[in-house]
Amino acid sequence: MSQTSPAPAATHHGPPTTFISKHVFSLDHKVIGKQYYALAFVAVITGMVLSWLMRIHLGWTNAAIPGLQVLSPNGAPGGVMTPEYYLQLMTMHATIMVFFVLTTAPFAAFGNYFLPIQVGAEDMPFPHFNMMSFWTTFTAFLVLIAAFFVSEGPPLAGWTAYAPLSAIGKAAGPGEGTGQVLWAASIGIFCIGQLLGALNFISTVLDMRTKGMTLSRLPVTCWAWFITSCMGLTAFAVLMPATILLILDHVAGTSFFVPSGLVINDQLIPHSGGSTLLWQHLFWFFGHPEVYIAIVPGMGIVTHVLITNMRRPMLSIKAILYSMWALAFLSYMVYGHHMFVSGMNPFSSLAFSFPTLMITIPSTVVVLIWIGSLYGSKLRINSASLFALGFISMFVSGGVSGFFLAQPSIDIMLHATYFVVGHFHMVMGVAAMFGIFAGTYFWFPKMTGHMMNETLGKVHFWLTFVGTYCIFMPFHYLGWAGNVRRYAAFSDDYMKPLVPLHQFITIAALFTGAAQLIFIYNLIHSRFKGPAAPANPWEGTSLEWIMPSPPPWNNFGGKDPVVYHDADQFGVKTASGADYIMQNSPEQALEPSGGD
Amino acid sequence: MATTIPPPQSEELPEQDRPTPGGAGNGGLGTVVPADGTMQVMQGYSPPASSSAIWVFIASICMSFAAFTSALIVRQGAAADWRHVTLPSVLFFSTLMLLTSSFTLDAARRRIAAYMNGAEKDASVPRLWLYATLGLGLLFVAGQYMAWLQLRSQGLYLATNPNSSFFYVLTAIHALHVTGGLGGLLRVIRRFGQSTLRRSTLTATSYYWHFMAVLWIYLFALLRARI
Repeated sequence: MSQTSPAPAATHHGPPTTFISKHVFSLDHKVIGKQYYALAFVAVITGMVLSWLMRIHLGWTNAAIPGLQVLSPNGAPGGVMTPEYYLQLMTMHATIMVFFVLTTAPFAAFGNYFLPIQVGAEDMPFPHFNMMSFWTTFTAFLVLIAAFFVSEGPPLAGWTAYAPLSAIGKAAGPGEGTGQVLWAASIGIFCIGQLLGALNFISTVLDMRTKGMTLSRLPVTCWAWFITSCMGLTAFAVLMPATILLILDHVAGTSFFVPSGLVINDQLIPHSGGSTLLWQHLFWFFGHPEVYIAIVPGMGIVTHVLITNMRRPMLSIKAILYSMWALAFLSYMVYGHHMFVSGMNPFSSLAFSFPTLMITIPSTVVVLIWIGSLYGSKLRINSASLFALGFISMFVSGGVSGFFLAQPSIDIMLHATYFVVGHFHMVMGVAAMFGIFAGTYFWFPKMTGHMMNETLGKVHFWLTFVGTYCIFMPFHYLGWAGNVRRYAAFSDDYMKPLVPLHQFITIAALFTGAAQLIFIYNLIHSRFKGPAAPANPWEGTSLEWIMPSPPPWNNFGGKDPVVYHDADQFGVKTASGADYIMQNSPEQALEPSGGD
Repeated sequence: MATTIPPPQSEELPEQDRPTPGGAGNGGLGTVVPADGTMQVMQGYSPPASSSAIWVFIASICMSFAAFTSALIVRQGAAADWRHVTLPSVLFFSTLMLLTSSFTLDAARRRIAAYMNGAEKDASVPRLWLYATLGLGLLFVAGQYMAWLQLRSQGLYLATNPNSSFFYVLTAIHALHVTGGLGGLLRVIRRFGQSTLRRSTLTATSYYWHFMAVLWIYLFALLRARI
């Protein structure tokens, strides 16, 4: 790293000096990215533990889970979970996973770290807003976790918090008083954090690109983060008003979502006139773009990892980009497919079903380009590329069930069954997790200066891959068999025979969870004891690989890279003999890549 | 196996040729690589980041108020408990204050530009216009508070009926955003006083402030039509 020229006059901030400014209230996008990663890490462990508690209860309903009564004496007397507490844990599992893992890790963590680097900037344009966005998100997490410790516990209305259950307060059940208000406040605070982040991301892509980095030369990951930011900007801006109105229904006696004449638990609810469907419309207008916010960064990461490891470009990167834009655009038109059986006008179901079927087209285009590009390539097999392949597998397996759910006539049978649960866990939950793992194994050397253990990575992959299929594939069968979701126990006669399958799933879930210890060990051990990482261990072309591992505080050492190529110069013949040209190298290919 | 290609010798342009400090920008429009391989890097104008960021921010606020609007429309049709309220007359006064503040802010902007160019020697003139804007903004917020008091005196509170609920929610959320704009104006005043005010900061703040006025016109029309 050379620092021959002095830093230019208008750098945003000087080097941090104190411990607080280096590691806590840092303006450096790299530190903020790592802070988001750490937050997502804590959140995913919390969410996973909650899922184990749920799964144990589903398999062995009357079993006492030792220690659970400490967390909630009312919710789990003697360690045996009440049905209400099951729903409370389920609500928190989903909320934590969707918001604090799937939105935070692929987008906020990796995006904050690598977007400025990949466009050639020294930092984001608004580092103070960036720092505020992390601490706002962190505050939102604390407010959410606080719901576990209030007297009645967390809310039980699901992460979707449908009215009127979520809007009428304590009468609806344990946790629906303070717990639900804390939930809504947490989500509202989370929206503010994400809006600040999206602002920075969009401005970075539009205004912070270095010389030569035209939009057509941006790496696909930058496009993915940009598209996600555009979605986040519009989606979270709608969720926040919804949470404000929900809080007002709770604390101020308004009736936005509560209709007249409700009698719950022998209590006449005093609100009147509200529209329960209004909540669903507001929530799902956010909710469907949210699932694409969760998956599009993963698509970018997977594309980036595959291109680098295939040593050749995708068949058509433009088709992938246009498809991602199409996914973002269409995602606003399909949200009613969550509401086919809600009682809204059945003709609206047609209006939502059609774009839902259309949205399968860009998803399929992306997958076909991945698979077509992989065909005949000599893919380098490492942990990152394995998880990238796993992403494709999970996305397809989980996605095809969407074709069924997209049709109202079929959805009438499958709505609120485990078929839906299997669909979204595979296509969003596991696929996005695989994208996070791929990004971690790929970028860990750059972020920490140490290589991860490849053997452990491969073991982690295979155990997780097989394990998640064992967990979530049976969900589709369960759904077809009529297994209702969000039930704490399956005591009805048509569901009792399915309990042994639930027990198998629980065991698979516990094993797969245990397999993640390999990853955690690898992460921590490599951070301190892993072999030193060179600047460009994967022979990549994008700008993160021109800087030392880990990068200095000002990324490019005060000098600005100049970009001559896009990030797809792989499989080329060069004078130096390498099969790739880095983005900032003025070297030209001797002849265009003829494929291999 | 993991070899590193050393980065090429420095190709960077001399510092005075850089279009913006730090070299950041929109990638340099017109960067071309001719067929003979020689690299011609042309200077491109890179606008400051806040000029696009402020529009992004405004877009997200528009989305939020669109959500509130659709909530209002759906709620109105959901039940037969819509009870129209007469809007407090003080709203006309506060509207006038906010619209006037847009004019004073623009006057301030032109005076500051003249001061920065050297045409205007006296810094107190632009500063007075900025304070006038700040004062009118504060009067707007005070007027909104008076409107709430007037509604309260008629017995219309937040939860009395859906109309009053939406009135309070819409005006309060807008007033909250206006208060944020007041903070931005204070920042501009402070920076101007310290001679560290950037043109991009003033531009972004004034776009936001004018948007608050435009948004209020929309909300006022909505309230008059529906509430």
